[in-house]
Amino acid sequence: MKKYINNRQATCALLALSALLLLAVLVAGLLLNERAMATDFSRRDLAPCAAFPFGTDWMGRDMLARTLAGLSLSIRIGLLTAAVSAVLALLLGAAAGGFGRKADAAVSWLTDLLLGIPHILLVLLISLACGRGLWGVVAGVSLSHWPSLARVIRGEIIQLRQAPYVLTATKLGVSRLQVARRHMLPHVLPQFVTGLVLQFPHAILHEASITFLGFGLSAEQPAIGVILSESMRYLTTGRWWLALFPGLALIGVVLLFAGIGDRLGRLLDPAGIHA
Amino acid sequence: MRGLKHRLGFAGRKLARMALLLVGVSLAAFLLMYASPLDPLQTNIGQAALGAMSPEQRELLQAYWGADTPPAERYINWLTGAVQGEWGDSLLYRRPVLDVIGERLASSAGLLAAAWLLSGLLGFGLGVLAGACRGRLPDRLIRGYCLVISSTPAFWLAILLLLIFSVWLGWLPVGLSAPIGVDTSAVTWLDRLRHAVLPALTLSITGVANIALHTREKMIDVLSSDYVLFARARGEGAAAIVWRHGLRNVALPALTLQFASISEIIGGSVLVEQVFSYPGLGQAAVTAGLGGDLPLLLGVTVITAALVFAGNLVADLLYGAIDPRIRRGAARGL
Amino acid sequence: MVPVLQVEDLSISFTQYTSGLRRRTISAVRGLNLAVEAGQVVAVVGASGSGKSLLAHSILGLLPYNSRMEGRIVYQGAPLTIDRLKQLRGREIVLAPQGVSYLDPLMQVDKQLRRGRRDAQARADSRAALARYGLGPDTGRKYPFELSGGMARRVIMAAAAMEQPRLLIADEPTPGMDAPAARRLLGHFRALAAEQTAVLFITHALDLAIEVADRVVVLYAGQTIEEAAAEDFQSVHRLRHPYTRALWRAMPQHDFAPLPGAQPGPGQAESGCPFAPRCPKARAACGQTVPYRPFGGGWVRCLYAEEGDA
Repeated sequence: MKKYINNRQATCALLALSALLLLAVLVAGLLLNERAMATDFSRRDLAPCAAFPFGTDWMGRDMLARTLAGLSLSIRIGLLTAAVSAVLALLLGAAAGGFGRKADAAVSWLTDLLLGIPHILLVLLISLACGRGLWGVVAGVSLSHWPSLARVIRGEIIQLRQAPYVLTATKLGVSRLQVARRHMLPHVLPQFVTGLVLQFPHAILHEASITFLGFGLSAEQPAIGVILSESMRYLTTGRWWLALFPGLALIGVVLLFAGIGDRLGRLLDPAGIHA
Repeated sequence: MRGLKHRLGFAGRKLARMALLLVGVSLAAFLLMYASPLDPLQTNIGQAALGAMSPEQRELLQAYWGADTPPAERYINWLTGAVQGEWGDSLLYRRPVLDVIGERLASSAGLLAAAWLLSGLLGFGLGVLAGACRGRLPDRLIRGYCLVISSTPAFWLAILLLLIFSVWLGWLPVGLSAPIGVDTSAVTWLDRLRHAVLPALTLSITGVANIALHTREKMIDVLSSDYVLFARARGEGAAAIVWRHGLRNVALPALTLQFASISEIIGGSVLVEQVFSYPGLGQAAVTAGLGGDLPLLLGVTVITAALVFAGNLVADLLYGAIDPRIRRGAARGL
Repeated sequence: MVPVLQVEDLSISFTQYTSGLRRRTISAVRGLNLAVEAGQVVAVVGASGSGKSLLAHSILGLLPYNSRMEGRIVYQGAPLTIDRLKQLRGREIVLAPQGVSYLDPLMQVDKQLRRGRRDAQARADSRAALARYGLGPDTGRKYPFELSGGMARRVIMAAAAMEQPRLLIADEPTPGMDAPAARRLLGHFRALAAEQTAVLFITHALDLAIEVADRVVVLYAGQTIEEAAAEDFQSVHRLRHPYTRALWRAMPQHDFAPLPGAQPGPGQAESGCPFAPRCPKARAACGQTVPYRPFGGGWVRCLYAEEGDA
């Protein structure tokens, strides 16, 4: 009998495909770094054509190579910042959920404080404090993204602490560390992984935004934010391709990450059985 | 009487927490700026001019910027001044910070308010529709739209709209809040409107996604509730259920969401105003940050945080006034 | 006399994803048969997980989207189609659920009763319905959170019985009630039956079922295994199925002897009699499909049902 591919298998295939595509962009960007920097004034301001699908800029740089190099950089920064902020979220969320009312109040106060400042402004301030540049971006993005995931983890832990089997384990004298490892970690881990992946899109968007504003990566680096910020100067002269394609490519990468996060969440969430 | 007292107490506590959070925000922002390697002398006077000065002159200037006072004292000075309405002078504009902020806020206010209302209404409508049509075509389209928009950087969307409507079609001006070279007194409200359309549109388009997705989730929760099951069993039609039970139960969380979105709208305006060179509060933050104008940046941060907290407070109070469980519960002293 | 409601060979299944990537169909109800006549109270008794609530939802056409229904549901002699249901739901066929969560938390009671109508007639109807269950007009202006548990139940009864229903389906209306409150509620059902309403009373409490019902239908693992007259429960020997007998013995006023083992959950039952693993009389033949057959004035799904000694 023919076996039909069900939703879950399709989900897995799509997951693998998205991850592969992102990996390809990551590697291609690294390989194309030289080419992205290469200037050639004999081919400046070319509209998209067969040889240069994304066109060239006023210094004759290949926009496709620049875009890929920029995306590759964005993905690398995204991986780093998402990981850092997810770990921060895990620590703070666990502290709020597991170490009593005072810790909870302190973390919730800090969360409210950070959420009070519009996100981009917060990233800007932190980046400024770190002297802008690569480390400014990394610090700004990773130190500002943890609150939402921390809240989820806090809620999960508080709920778990009330669960009958955890209460029983505590009464039976199982140590807190054991309870955390055996009973809480398996429940928190899926939330954490999904939360981690869902940090990518935000991290990448904020990296691009803060660089666009001039508080992130410096103008020499092949960053999407830099490319788009430069393109602003040439918009009115009709060089639309400088802004259009790099932006679309960025959206593509962000969508891939968002899709991975969404699918992973549905696969790992035992409640989403109909997905 | 007891209910009123209860509510006033609630508002008072919220207000106190808000004030405390604002002090926290100002301290955090101050510390971040203090940690910054930016030297206000260099950014404002320039390396060359600084080199040409005599040591006495430089010391005088350092005293003027307050660079030699210890940070704790500087912060206390700022805070005591701020409480009395003295927020220091902007280094870039050479005017009191509050004046600059007031002017910029006035220019941004219409933009922000329009985007806030439009994105809220549209987001609510789309969210309700998507939730009610769960899994069907309208839901798929709306979810797709939200996914794409929330994956699109606001500034790039601004660039795209600018390319289409200003450069390509030529319908709307490229930037600024008024035509160039026209005397301020000669600028009509129509001019201002034409300049505000694209920034407001960009902010609205981006703001819709979050509100629509959350409203949709809530709508799905409501539609799978026991009371909707009972309403269906009692013969109420699908449209009537959405209208009578759906809207009613989704409206309260949507209200909270709407006021919480103030932060997002202001954040978006930082980027969008930069693209359109719109002289608003968001652009002032960027200019202040790039130019090392720390008093102005501090002022903008505190004012935006105050707006965000005020929005949360209003949402809490409105919730209490509208939700019968809180309104009547409080009145009965529960 | 044509029964108001006939359910024939009803089966309901769900599509679910188990851990990993497998999709499977879980059968929650298979082979459910019953009939309710006008003026009769029929109780459907089963432990939780036996498919009781699904029965109520399937009659009303309110099953969740990932479910599949087979079999026949006949109302007043004609199949109950979705189009007919839309006409009848809330008018001739009504549901009486349990608990305050079935009332819209943000809507005043009388507004809920009126279902969006605002005319004087609707207001009068809603007042009359409340009055019938001993609730004054002030109750109509209350929000559900202001009602006590008992008031909420009476409001739900008022909402259900507003328009002289011909079929009332009560879905587990008694849990959490003390005995007098439960008796009062059962009294409401009998009163409706006296007005020629057919009442389907779905419950896990056998004692209440025997007390109020004319006939009792026993569910096990999604199947009807016995239909008996309420009087049959006066003696264990008049009961037909080993499971019903075990239920009888488990009652406090009898042997109070619990039956060891557990009912198979949805999708767990193998083919053949689902009770066989717990049955003292099970034989090899119980592994085959067991028909539901008339037996001793009732119905039974057992190959070795015993003739009563009445």
